[in-house]
Amino acid sequence: MNKRSNEPFLWILFSAGGVVAAMLIPVHLFLFGVAFPLGWLDGPSYQSLLALLRHPLTRLYLFVLCSLPLFHWAHRFRYTLYDGLQIKHLNELINTFCYGGAILGTVLAAYLLWSIP
Amino acid sequence: MPGSTQYSPKTFRTRVSTYWWLDRWPYLRFILRELSSVFVAWFVVITVLQIRALRRGTAGYEEFQQWLRSPVLVVANVVTLLFVIFHAATWFNLTPKAMPLRVGGKRVPSLLIVAPSYLVWLAISAAVAWVLLRG
Repeated sequence: MNKRSNEPFLWILFSAGGVVAAMLIPVHLFLFGVAFPLGWLDGPSYQSLLALLRHPLTRLYLFVLCSLPLFHWAHRFRYTLYDGLQIKHLNELINTFCYGGAILGTVLAAYLLWSIP
Repeated sequence: MPGSTQYSPKTFRTRVSTYWWLDRWPYLRFILRELSSVFVAWFVVITVLQIRALRRGTAGYEEFQQWLRSPVLVVANVVTLLFVIFHAATWFNLTPKAMPLRVGGKRVPSLLIVAPSYLVWLAISAAVAWVLLRG
């Protein structure tokens, strides 16, 4: 076989994204998605969030928080469709949708975080 | 038959049902675990929208918060939270199986690998909550 497989690289992204998603998403989602909207806890003000967002470390943190979990999704969802629905004939389309979506989301997050007013 | 050689004869294979994962609880649990990735992606969608809203000034962010308060979004996010916690727990519990550690020829007990993951999880969650809640 001459052609090298991208699989190990994609698996590393999947794995790293899995760790980031496991460690960070529950607390973020609990606070912003449940506790603040329901008024259980007082969320940070707009001004303090914006100040936080302007810090380079926060931007890097949020970039990682958005990008790696997307590649985790891409890889896992691809195989969910593959194993769960057995639609092998749509492989090309599914791969494009999954990894393309992850790349698109990464570029969008990078742009939004880079150009914060 | 494409790909068949003399070593992989053209044996008859029954087609597996599309809904094979409904047959047994472990199968269903496997598919639910894999589907948790969809909820992970949904979280990223909300986060990107939140960053966009923050760039749009006070009014834009207020609108975003209103949207998060709508019942549909709260229910969706509670379900998402359950799936994401399921992902985290299954991920930590799998670590010793995916990467078995050996010290002095003996396998390190799973608990010694799993327990620290949960402790780090708690510490990181507390740190993020502290940054967001201090005012």
